[in-house]
Amino acid sequence: MVTSQLPLLTLAIWVPIVFGLAVLAVGRDAAPSNARWLALIGAVAGFAITVPLMTGFDTSTAALQFVEDRPWVPAFNIRYQLGVDGIAMPFVVLNSFMTIFVVVAAWEVITSRVSQYLAAFLIMSGLINGVFAAADAILFYVFFEAMLIPMYIIIGVWGGPNRVYAAIKFFLYTLLGSLLTLVALIYLFYRSEGSFQIADYHMLPLTLQEQILIFLAFLMAFAVKVPMWPVHTWLPDAHVEAPTGGSVVLAAITLKVGAYGFLRFSLPIAPDASHELAGLIIALSLIAVVYIGLVALVQADMKKLVAYSSIAHMGFVTLGFFMFEPLSVEGGIVQMISHGFISGAMFLCIGVLYDRMHSRQIADYGGVVNRMPTFAAFFLLFAMANAGLPATSGFVGEFMVILGAVQVNFWYAFAAATTLILGAAYTLWMYKRVVFGDIANHHVEELQDINRREFLMLATLAFCVLAMGLWPAPVTDVMHASVDNLLHHVAQSKL
Amino acid sequence: MQSLYLLVPLAPLVGALLAGLFGKTIGRAGAHTATILGVAVAFVGSCFVAQDVIVNGNTFNGALYTWATSGNLKMEVGFLIDPLTVMMMLVVTFVSLMVHIYTIGYMQDDPGYQRFFSYISLFTFSMLMLVMSNNFLQLFFGWEAVGLVSYLLIGFWYTRPTAIYANLKAFLVNRVGDFGFVLGIGLVAAYFGSLDYATVFAAAPGLASETVSLFPGAEWSLLSVACICLFVGAMGKSAQFPLHVWLPDSMEGPTPISALIHAATMVTAGIFMVTRMSPLFELSETALSVVLVIGAITALFMGFLGLIQNDIKRVVAYSTLSQLGYMTVALGASAYSVAVFHLMTHAFFKALLFLAAGSVIMGMHHDQDIRNMGGLRKHMPVTWITSLVGSLALIGTPFFSGFYSKDSIIEAVAESHIAGSGFAYFAVVAGVFVTAFYSFRMYFLVFHGKERWREGGHGHADHSHAAAAHAGHDDAHGHDAGHGAHKDEHKHDDHGHHHGLGPNDNPHESPWVVTLPLALLAIPSVVIGYLTIGPMLYGGYFGDAIFIGENHHAMAEMAEAFHGPVAMAIHGLSSLPFWLALAGVVVSAVFYLKRPDIPAAIKAQFSGIHRILENKYGFDDFNQWFFANGARLLGGQLWQRGDRALIDGVMVNGSAGLVGRIAGWVRHGQTGFVYTYAFTMIIGIVAMLAIWLSL
Repeated sequence: MVTSQLPLLTLAIWVPIVFGLAVLAVGRDAAPSNARWLALIGAVAGFAITVPLMTGFDTSTAALQFVEDRPWVPAFNIRYQLGVDGIAMPFVVLNSFMTIFVVVAAWEVITSRVSQYLAAFLIMSGLINGVFAAADAILFYVFFEAMLIPMYIIIGVWGGPNRVYAAIKFFLYTLLGSLLTLVALIYLFYRSEGSFQIADYHMLPLTLQEQILIFLAFLMAFAVKVPMWPVHTWLPDAHVEAPTGGSVVLAAITLKVGAYGFLRFSLPIAPDASHELAGLIIALSLIAVVYIGLVALVQADMKKLVAYSSIAHMGFVTLGFFMFEPLSVEGGIVQMISHGFISGAMFLCIGVLYDRMHSRQIADYGGVVNRMPTFAAFFLLFAMANAGLPATSGFVGEFMVILGAVQVNFWYAFAAATTLILGAAYTLWMYKRVVFGDIANHHVEELQDINRREFLMLATLAFCVLAMGLWPAPVTDVMHASVDNLLHHVAQSKL
Repeated sequence: MQSLYLLVPLAPLVGALLAGLFGKTIGRAGAHTATILGVAVAFVGSCFVAQDVIVNGNTFNGALYTWATSGNLKMEVGFLIDPLTVMMMLVVTFVSLMVHIYTIGYMQDDPGYQRFFSYISLFTFSMLMLVMSNNFLQLFFGWEAVGLVSYLLIGFWYTRPTAIYANLKAFLVNRVGDFGFVLGIGLVAAYFGSLDYATVFAAAPGLASETVSLFPGAEWSLLSVACICLFVGAMGKSAQFPLHVWLPDSMEGPTPISALIHAATMVTAGIFMVTRMSPLFELSETALSVVLVIGAITALFMGFLGLIQNDIKRVVAYSTLSQLGYMTVALGASAYSVAVFHLMTHAFFKALLFLAAGSVIMGMHHDQDIRNMGGLRKHMPVTWITSLVGSLALIGTPFFSGFYSKDSIIEAVAESHIAGSGFAYFAVVAGVFVTAFYSFRMYFLVFHGKERWREGGHGHADHSHAAAAHAGHDDAHGHDAGHGAHKDEHKHDDHGHHHGLGPNDNPHESPWVVTLPLALLAIPSVVIGYLTIGPMLYGGYFGDAIFIGENHHAMAEMAEAFHGPVAMAIHGLSSLPFWLALAGVVVSAVFYLKRPDIPAAIKAQFSGIHRILENKYGFDDFNQWFFANGARLLGGQLWQRGDRALIDGVMVNGSAGLVGRIAGWVRHGQTGFVYTYAFTMIIGIVAMLAIWLSL
């Protein structure tokens, strides 16, 4: 195991949380700008901490890096054990990076309870880093559950008119899903004779029946988070009610936690069950791609449309994972990262429009390009990325997964490739109705193009989307060793 | 040399970025100077590369950088420079340069001037990356990038409902093609373990007998399946039946891009791609038959549609569809070099015809209806002569470039013996008459006869004419449910355009920036066939770039009969196609100059057929009804019944309700009386004791 001088992962988790608490402390609605600046400093500092994780990462090994390990609850051998491999590291960085956007996006937009809002996001950022960095199962579980709370509050307090329903639906769905996970972890604790280390579970021999039960227990939690069809209906509601920042974090980061769980728990702990149930997961994933793609087509609310498109894109992730090919698994991970940028950008774009018009209904728009040409250009780039256009990051993952799928079964690839048509149809049809055409009404007539703050956000994300589309090798290189190791585990029967 | 390879595509990209990102700063002149300079550099660079390849025989195949690796698949970006590539580079950069210059005149009043230049330069970059690629991945990159720019340019006038309908349609239909293309690439990657052309082609013969089982019990040849999948991609981009539906609508874009993208270069990407893949297609007779038949259907039936069009650009558009069909037929007949040869000659004369049509449109003050034109030869001499040259080349007049390429296609089909070749031969021969007829119908209506815009009743100065000209559009597009705003479609004035000439106006010849490209394109339209048929078809110009299987003899047979371009042209004078073309010209002259009552009578007599043609065989209606409305209906049902009623209604709210019911039921046990609790405890203890004792 590789250890580092500074406890970088601890800092990545706790710096945003400490800043969040500080923001809470200084914040008064009378002087919100202190809270904003402090939050921005916290977010940037949080991201800066993760940069050495990238630069100092050893891509040649699958072992956990930047490891920290000390006892936490000795009675049950629960440890405060952190470490990232090539699968987890990109998400710690991505999460810390996107937090900056959330803070900036809220700048002039959130005017009530500013400090609480920003604090909630900073705290959540730290908690999510904890999820990705935890090497101890209970530590993981604690972060995994704790991150629900800020999101619940964000939706419930700063959300839209139907926010309470959405928040409760979100909370119950995800909480119920993860209760069985705790049962499975306790079972594994006894089965491994007193260990909560995830790495120990990877080596633990289990019967097929045990594996299937454990797999299903995890599935409940992770499938809800991803979300997979048919436990996806909380997501559109949550998105519609959430403020822009909430949507960005929800789509860009928290969905990834579920997919990450499959890679960290389900696949290596229950490899035989994974093989046994792969057909089920693949079927659910393909349903997500096709069924949800069609559902996205008829949405009248832009946020709902993008929310459904997120579900379809996450279908590619789970599809890629359960074909157990290096190409498809890496494609799935790339898709997760790319979707972080693109869905974040899409929700920011919708936020830009919403802040001006206070409507997300496609029908209320039309001819936006006449008043907001710069915005229209960015929005088109992200829409095209959402439709998987080559040279954007949206293409990379989908392409790799489709290529991987052909190796496994031509018809999987066939169904998955319909996203080329459906994705373009729902995204560009929306774009056409919102952006092109004549100015639809006097609200559109009065629109102002994006300001410098918005330009900076969108330009930065545009850079990420293009850079990753033109040269994804740096991203895929990071994960090779870890994915190979993972697939090695998956290929080895535990029976 | 390698840095030159890089310079050729990057120069237009730099131009595009300058004009696109700093358009306001550098102004109109800055934008067109930067982009024209970029494309000129690309053209000159291509000339040097061509000289190096053709004279010195230096080909190149190498990677630029590794895009990504995964598993054992290495995906790269790189260049393959061989005779096929340099021919495409020359055609693309030359036509692009002409179009750039022409645009200065055509778009001079348009507020989106810089944006337009940025797009066409970006297109040039994308197209160059496509043709210079040495692997399937980058091919797909270029493929989609040209599709993107096409989308942007068709919808260039984004306030027009017809334009933004057309660009979405074009993108989606192309995506249907890409769907097949991606699966084809996936099959190649899965079975060859590489996306590199050279590696794949080298391994192809070894996999000729490999089969895939797509349905239980049915074993299909891997290469047939892969090639057909790849060809579906070509059908989208090269607008082959039944994915042709987007191309006529793409005429909503400004005319320069119709010339560059929807005639000369992008739509031929499919032809280029199949030619590039000749080592794969040659191993599958089935795939070749599919290619042949699809091409033949497109060549003939799209030509028919050209007969009844009244929009000058749509006539040329259907002619393009038909000619793309000819090229595809040549591919199916294993005459790849002939297909590419026709691609090249067609690029010149069709770009010429489109740009000339644009010049006419400018002269007519943006009236595109040929029924309102006539006698323009007196007013627009350069446009007239160059149009005549282009039309003669298109119909295959001996000694003109189109003759050499089209006659070679017909002969190649005659020599082909694969399934479908009989039908294809009929289609391409019959197509000659059709081509000549619609080409000269347009030519006569535009340049000869009475000056019909002077006739009263049209009222061109106002918008009533424009409504008439677009009445056909309303039929074609009015069914889009998302098109409520369709009726007030005449927003062209936003762009400083006004419609039609008044009865007393005279059309004027276009400025030199327009006529110069016409003249420069007219020259190759005449001579390029004569000059290059020898080396390109029979002189081994393409070398290893094109592979022809041993059992396909068309090219070899034709080589024996070829005795130089002069002999071929003289022989052509006595051949059936020539007489058919002549007949087409004569008939159109009679119909549209002497006896306009005849076509009217035919139209009345065969109104059923006319209606079928008017409806474009009903493809648009069917696609709209079945695919567009069907998908929306299905999506709506899945959402309402699946997500809302079943999942939310029954599963989510249902289980919440169940919890509530159980809670309500259990609540009855909580009576608040100590004796019930005590009694329950006793029963519990007894039960536990019983279990414990029985173990």
